[in-house]
Amino acid sequence: MNDPVFGPTPTAPADEGELVQLLTPEGERVHHPEFDLELTPEMLRTFYRDMFLVRRLDVEATALQRHGELGLWAQLLGQEAAQVGAGHALARQDFVFPTYREHGVAWVRGVDPVSLLGLFRGVDNGGWDPHAHGFNLYTIVIGAQVLHAAGYAMALQRDGVVGTGDGDRDAAVLAHFGDGASSQGDVNEAFIFAAWANAPVVFFCQNNQWAISEPIEKVSRIPLYQRANGFGFPGVRVDGNDVLASYAVTQAALKRAREGQGPTLIEAYTYRMGAHTTTDDPTRYRLMEDVEHWKLKDPLARVEVHLRRNGLADDDFFAELSAEADALGERMRRECHLLPDPQPLSIFDRVYAEQTAELAAQQAEVATYLSSFADHAGAGAEGGAA
Amino acid sequence: MTTTTMSMAKALNAGLRRAMEEDPKVVVMGEDVGRLGGVFRITDGLQKDFGEDRVMDTPLAESGIVGTAVGMAMRGYRPVVEIQFDGFVYPAYDQIVCQVAKFHSRSQGRVPMPMVIRIPFGGGIGAVEHHSESPEAQFAHTPGLKVVACSNPVDAYWMLQQAIACDDPVIFLEPKRHYHSTRAEIDDAASPGPLWESRVVRPGDAATLIGYGPTVGTCVDAAAVAAEEGRSLEVIDLRTLSPLDLGPVEESVRRTGRAIVVHEAHVNLGLGAEVAARLTETCFYSLEAPVLRVGGWDTPYPPARVEEAYLPDLDRVLDAVDRSFAF
Repeated sequence: MNDPVFGPTPTAPADEGELVQLLTPEGERVHHPEFDLELTPEMLRTFYRDMFLVRRLDVEATALQRHGELGLWAQLLGQEAAQVGAGHALARQDFVFPTYREHGVAWVRGVDPVSLLGLFRGVDNGGWDPHAHGFNLYTIVIGAQVLHAAGYAMALQRDGVVGTGDGDRDAAVLAHFGDGASSQGDVNEAFIFAAWANAPVVFFCQNNQWAISEPIEKVSRIPLYQRANGFGFPGVRVDGNDVLASYAVTQAALKRAREGQGPTLIEAYTYRMGAHTTTDDPTRYRLMEDVEHWKLKDPLARVEVHLRRNGLADDDFFAELSAEADALGERMRRECHLLPDPQPLSIFDRVYAEQTAELAAQQAEVATYLSSFADHAGAGAEGGAA
Repeated sequence: MTTTTMSMAKALNAGLRRAMEEDPKVVVMGEDVGRLGGVFRITDGLQKDFGEDRVMDTPLAESGIVGTAVGMAMRGYRPVVEIQFDGFVYPAYDQIVCQVAKFHSRSQGRVPMPMVIRIPFGGGIGAVEHHSESPEAQFAHTPGLKVVACSNPVDAYWMLQQAIACDDPVIFLEPKRHYHSTRAEIDDAASPGPLWESRVVRPGDAATLIGYGPTVGTCVDAAAVAAEEGRSLEVIDLRTLSPLDLGPVEESVRRTGRAIVVHEAHVNLGLGAEVAARLTETCFYSLEAPVLRVGGWDTPYPPARVEEAYLPDLDRVLDAVDRSFAF
């Protein structure tokens, strides 16, 4: 578009020409002037192993939903590289604010895949300890967590753990969101606050092209990473299906944040190969040709080709990994069933840090009511029930 | 021990200052709270004394303020957020209701959310639209939040410190019309009563007036006039709106048999409806008349030149007392 008075305005959100790539879809290592990377074969195998297991995790959870064991599952198929790459760029002391689709980052942060199932099975709203893993609970409201990330980064500044030069102390925050969330006020306000505070936060946007049924090119006139310019910090687009590039770029941005140089926006350009969630039917709004196109850019296949072609992993490696994935799937199926249903009276227990007399009284009323049934098997409150 | 006479605005400032002195994790966030000291000067001088890291002039975005305060609370800080005016809280509504209120239960107690959200509320200051509202019912309706309202300088001083010390998120409502209307002696060595208690502020035996925030003064004034007419009205300051502490109210209503709840918020589904329902459950056989509600009409808050017709005043309270007795 070229306005006669105001001049040209951009119209190409989907231009792929500018993305950082270190491993082509064909498995060729390419070099980049700013984000080059030397990885040991062991690291390459670790990346592949994690992506392979995360894909199995996702397949198993999807199957568990189809079997009625989960009410819902948000699939990450196609986004393994962006998540595993970003996850490996984190330092132990960093903190992550995920969406509800960050199973790959959760895996790298040591969150048990079974505890990811709790939210989707309906036994809890997130069963892991955010502080133990430096990984917040999943946030359902789109984009809300990005503000929390900016605030957490502001707290790191006040704790004096930014820019000290001590690599074991200096910390940063990784804030996940998607292309859909990029329209949210909270995400844009988080950009404003992070710029204002020069906060150590890396905004990691997985542009998987689809916000349920709405394609990003109808929402944004420019590539999402370019929006960072308007907020006054750097933005970069990375091949989100390239685990090496996702790792390298995130690592560089996190390092920059830890050093006190402020926020960065990373747009990981990828594709949601599955449905939005298991309730969604993408055949209603997108063409199979698009999906076929993106299959050629598969995040795992390119690493496998690279490993095999260069003799960095043998058949035994892939066979052992396959067996490990089978064992993971078997454990998820078994332990999903073992997740305990919450007891009715327990819903009163953690509403407040300091329980109110009012709520304790209501809990006691419910306990009395429940115990009035002949087949009542015990209410199981953690405390407070009369 | 120091006893100082001060307005509610000064008392809030002194309370904040003391909380910041006692706990380095207390930080103040809001629009214009730093150099300016807040549009009502509640945070006057705090940035000068505690620095820009602890008293933050934030960008002008309420959701951003509350949302970043969430992140700071996750890391162990105790943010005290100022919402500049009641009607400006709504951009932050999602963060307050979906995030602040739910973090503790969502995380099964692993992530407490100690945060105070101060909101100057209520009308009567001749302001433009959105500057005179009473949104308390919307927050009292939200499990996970606690909601309190102060009505006088002494309570303002102590309740704010108690709210900051609380490990739960507290919506702290300040009747802006009374920031400077009265002064009271504050003894900073005194021991305040618990935060979560309502309180009889004027004893009586003929009927019970129940108010909070700006309407406590209205009720006390009404009781003084009624006394001249030979009617002894008891006035109770609820102080805590969520949780409600209706013990003193029930004790009073069992004696008086009549109750009138007074607030500036819209009557429909306002806090008075909850109080009335509960009194019906707990004091049914003591009631001589239905619990009556006096409040703002169910209209948007009107333009300032007509706000006196909207706000509950002494006459409307006494009219309700008459209706209660006539029942």
